[in-house]
Amino acid sequence: MMIAEKTNTVKSLTDFLTLSSGKVSFIGNDALSKALSYLEKNGLPGKKQEEYKYCDLDSVIRKKFSDLKEIRSNEFDSKKIKKKDAINIFVVNGNYEPGISDPVNEKEMFLCRLSDLPSEHLSKITSIADPSADPFIALNTAYSGDGFYLRVNNSAMATKTIHVFYISTAEKASFINPRNLIEVVSGSQLDLIEEHLNFSKESIFSNYLSEKIVHESAILRSVTIQDENQNGFSANNNHIRVDKKGYYHNSTLTLSGSVVRNNHQVQMNGEYCETHLNGLFLTKGEQLVDNHTLMDHQKPNCESHELYKGVVDDKSTGIFNGKIYVRKDAQKTNAYQSSKNILLSDDGTVNTKPQLEIYADDVKCSHGTSTGKIDESAMFYLNARGISRENANKLLLNAFAGEVLEKIGIEGIKEEIENRLGLN
Amino acid sequence: MIKIKNLHASVEGKEILRGIDLEVKAGEIHAIMGPNGSGKSTLSSVLAGKEDYEVTEGEVLFNGKDLLEMDADVRAKEGLFLAFQYPVEIPGVSNINFLKTALAEKRIYEGREPVSAKDFLEMVKEKQKLVELDGKLANRSVNEGFSGGEKKRNEIFQMAMLEPKLAILDETDSGLDIDALRIVAKGVNALRTKNNAYIVITHYQRLLDHIVPDYVHILYKGKIVKSGGKELALELEAKGYEEIKKEFDATV
Repeated sequence: MMIAEKTNTVKSLTDFLTLSSGKVSFIGNDALSKALSYLEKNGLPGKKQEEYKYCDLDSVIRKKFSDLKEIRSNEFDSKKIKKKDAINIFVVNGNYEPGISDPVNEKEMFLCRLSDLPSEHLSKITSIADPSADPFIALNTAYSGDGFYLRVNNSAMATKTIHVFYISTAEKASFINPRNLIEVVSGSQLDLIEEHLNFSKESIFSNYLSEKIVHESAILRSVTIQDENQNGFSANNNHIRVDKKGYYHNSTLTLSGSVVRNNHQVQMNGEYCETHLNGLFLTKGEQLVDNHTLMDHQKPNCESHELYKGVVDDKSTGIFNGKIYVRKDAQKTNAYQSSKNILLSDDGTVNTKPQLEIYADDVKCSHGTSTGKIDESAMFYLNARGISRENANKLLLNAFAGEVLEKIGIEGIKEEIENRLGLN
Repeated sequence: MIKIKNLHASVEGKEILRGIDLEVKAGEIHAIMGPNGSGKSTLSSVLAGKEDYEVTEGEVLFNGKDLLEMDADVRAKEGLFLAFQYPVEIPGVSNINFLKTALAEKRIYEGREPVSAKDFLEMVKEKQKLVELDGKLANRSVNEGFSGGEKKRNEIFQMAMLEPKLAILDETDSGLDIDALRIVAKGVNALRTKNNAYIVITHYQRLLDHIVPDYVHILYKGKIVKSGGKELALELEAKGYEEIKKEFDATV
């Protein structure tokens, strides 16, 4: 590509993205110029970049999201989707909406718009997600929406689950960039559900970026629910730093979405950390769901566990790429990774790739991957007891998915997801 | 109950059943014995509706209906039950949930009211007792981590729950010690009525000491070569299969 063309890429982006770059107060000039020059140099994420080889979003973005000027939004009723036992936070078209969100208990937590971020926390923005490392980080950094900052205070046990809804309501096709910064301060604990929904009738590209800091001995248990329907295209960028003795647990459940790319990266920044990443996706039609994870073991004595399971039907594609990076200092690392898939059709595609880079010598690492069909001997056994193929399929898929759903530490989610997937 | 006429079946182009004729009436127990490879398990699989087998000739009427036209689950709903020689382990599917689903489907098929949760649990308790199955196993995944004996008792437990008209016990005695064998047989005998029937497939006579058949058939090279009363099993035990092979190799 010629230099002139590359510049055009950025120009055309600035032309059509709903927010012009550099308007938000919380992104520093340095970060912004890093992001823009990354985009200028590398363009949009697509086939030419190794990390996006199987997930060509460049063409999607060009085809569907050109010529955008402003977001006009449709009404939606937040009361209808609010969860009774949780603190509900709404982020609509990339912007945190305190007006319809629940307040937090100020003794336990602090919550504000990113644009109101107290100055002492500004340096944390882009401290984990480097805008010159990835096109989606760069895009979000350059065009970030006014998301939220949440902090769970020292020694507090957040008594209620925080349920964040990221909702798209735009009337026209839109490219939105929700962003947040979440800190679970030393010794505290948070249960967090982040749910992504799309109420728009047009195509929406949601490029979510989260930086989360799990401080020393803190616990963050989280669930990501992605249910953005056939008009939803999304990149879900989760960049986590876990400090000494910290515990981070995430289950990413992809229920729908036309193209979904998840970049989940965890830096284990202190000794004796523990990280669990689990994923479940069920794809149909021509859906593409791509989970890219990075377990970055920076310090000794940490452990990481990964389990990703996919059920791939029709002409859809499921991808898992799990990188385990064990740095030279990270002796006594335990890292386990497993990816299992069921292919229900002949036209579906599963790509799975474990990537281990180990620079320490005293580590335990294991990875395994399997892709198969529904177990026909189990199917016959169920049929022979009078259970129809349809119900037997449900039982077997529920069992398959159950391994992931059972790991969710937050109550009630398993049943809700089973119902939403029609597996009950 | 069931009428099998000139049944031929092959697997991967190889003919295994080569003209089986058998009629079983309500209240009867038929034993089918035969050496390894004679087609015993193929017969049970074909009757239960396993798709790997191709029926090339013949017909099977089950209570007057064409059995071979039915999908495997419909056969079960019509009242056919196969106790598997090798019960399948299904990780993640609980025994209880599995039985609940099976029973619910059967009830719908029969146009009957569903069983209430309370009645279902009582039924589970009662039927488990019958085969001395540990209550804890109900909440475990289907057959997962069960011992050989537990698996076979679980088959009989499922049979007790589903109350089939015709049960085919496929080498239920294989891998069982004498105590487990007695428990299984006790269960089967307790479930016997004048309205149901059993086909007991076995290699050895010892199960037939406990489940006493009305008729014994010898299957060899895909055909029933000899039928008789329960004394035929004793005769077979005394002579061994070599004798049978010699006798029928010329004619089969």
